[in-house]
Amino acid sequence: MFSEIKKLLDAGYNQKYTTKDGIDAIFVQPENWLDIATFLKENKDLGFDYLMCISSYDLNNGIYGVAYNLYSNSKKYYLEVRVEVESDVAVPSISSLWRSADWHEREAFDMMGIVFEGHPNLKRILLSDDWEGHPLRKNYKEPDYYHGLPVPKDKSYWE
Amino acid sequence: MNKEIENIKELKDQSVIKTGEMVLNMGPQHPSTHGVLRLKIHTDGEVVSKIEPILGYLHRCFEKHCESLSYEQIVPFTDRCDYLASMHMDHAYSMTVEKLLDIELPERVEYIRVIVAELQRIASHLIAVGAFGLDVGAITPFTWTLRDRERILDLFEQLCGARLLYNYIWPGGLSHDLPPKFIDRTLEFIEYFEPKIVELNQLLTGNKIFIERSADVGILPAEVGINYGVSGPSLRASGVNYDLRKDEPYSIYSKLDFDVPVGKGEMGTVGDCWDRYYVRVLEMSESIKILKQVCKNIPDGDVQAALPKKIRPSKGEVYGRYESARGDVGFYIISNGKNIPLRVKMRSPAFCNLSVLSEISEGWMISDVIAILGSLDIVLGEIDR
Repeated sequence: MFSEIKKLLDAGYNQKYTTKDGIDAIFVQPENWLDIATFLKENKDLGFDYLMCISSYDLNNGIYGVAYNLYSNSKKYYLEVRVEVESDVAVPSISSLWRSADWHEREAFDMMGIVFEGHPNLKRILLSDDWEGHPLRKNYKEPDYYHGLPVPKDKSYWE
Repeated sequence: MNKEIENIKELKDQSVIKTGEMVLNMGPQHPSTHGVLRLKIHTDGEVVSKIEPILGYLHRCFEKHCESLSYEQIVPFTDRCDYLASMHMDHAYSMTVEKLLDIELPERVEYIRVIVAELQRIASHLIAVGAFGLDVGAITPFTWTLRDRERILDLFEQLCGARLLYNYIWPGGLSHDLPPKFIDRTLEFIEYFEPKIVELNQLLTGNKIFIERSADVGILPAEVGINYGVSGPSLRASGVNYDLRKDEPYSIYSKLDFDVPVGKGEMGTVGDCWDRYYVRVLEMSESIKILKQVCKNIPDGDVQAALPKKIRPSKGEVYGRYESARGDVGFYIISNGKNIPLRVKMRSPAFCNLSVLSEISEGWMISDVIAILGSLDIVLGEIDR
């Protein structure tokens, strides 16, 4: 399935993505992502109309990534696309193509601090608006105080 | 669009009544929001123009916790994500870890998992159907469906000692084998429950008041649903035949004979609230059909034979999908070769289903929003994680 999708993508887009051995996913640079996303959605032979999930991740070496899981209802294709960026680089928003990206991108911003360029309403979704930092980053430090209340540091009762 | 709203629009066009935008707050403590959800409803008169759902009141840092827990320890946390269908969450998570580890399961494990998953689907749909009736003003069906659900919870209690949060399905197997006579009791339950669906149809499905409140209300067109990532019964009600149990069969579903009910618009338009309700009722009958087949052919074996001593997957990523009572659950797990995952992301079906609320509620009255929200069958534990 992955090789068929790659064959279709190679017509015109072979310079714009890379693959890694042993991983069935395509790696895209942020500047090419909107182009490829439009192609994946609009092309009749692919027809990726269903964006299932957007997962953000922190590899703990300064690289932040976003993984998109796409599904095509007509062809029953499944594809994973990854966009990996350094800390402060923005990723283009695809919420104009798939509306399900709207809330998922807000969640990735909230939790991992990834900025999506062109998102209509990029604000926190699960945490409160006055929260500081992005908790799922590996270098996240728990605050000492929250609204003037000390945060308990003794976690021995967890054991 | 119903007649009353058309009349209001007409009067407004003729400048007979003047209205301005008003922001109405609903929740977080509101019985019709099915948990702690806050809705900021922008209304014009009584007609809704936009809804901003505000989430996060039940956020328990599931994904952050996963980064400091070993793979086995995460199972009780997945239980608490969707507390009305805990078995489905356990099953989805365990299947994803098994995909990462690449283990083959004994056949008995798969059969038992399908039995508990289908029982759980019935239990979850009973709450969905009953609570939807409650939302639109029918109180009796809720008590009746809770009574039937209690029988399923009793079965689960015999199975693993817990009534809601089971920790029963583990990566690689199950925590216990079936107790003696469990299959007989399941068959007894099926015999008891089948006439109850007919009863429910007589009480609620064909009820004229209920149809008035739900048919033709909050229509979700198929393309809009797909674009918003809606899945499960809510999408199937719009006429899309999309069920992972058929499209990408996992476990033993490819061997089983069952249908996927889709919305046909019998009482109104395809994809209205009534369709979303009725698809769930039909799905309960399909689950019974599956249970009958599985209970007949369950093989013998050791349910813990494939249980790994220590879960330490090699480096890699995996995305596992599962058809839960609310829709398409996904787990995206990144492993860095340790016994603790680097990242666990859960794709929550109710999260995507809720995102479509603003779109389909536009132009309806505030009382219809309650019906639309009820028909989407959201569980806040899963949305906020």
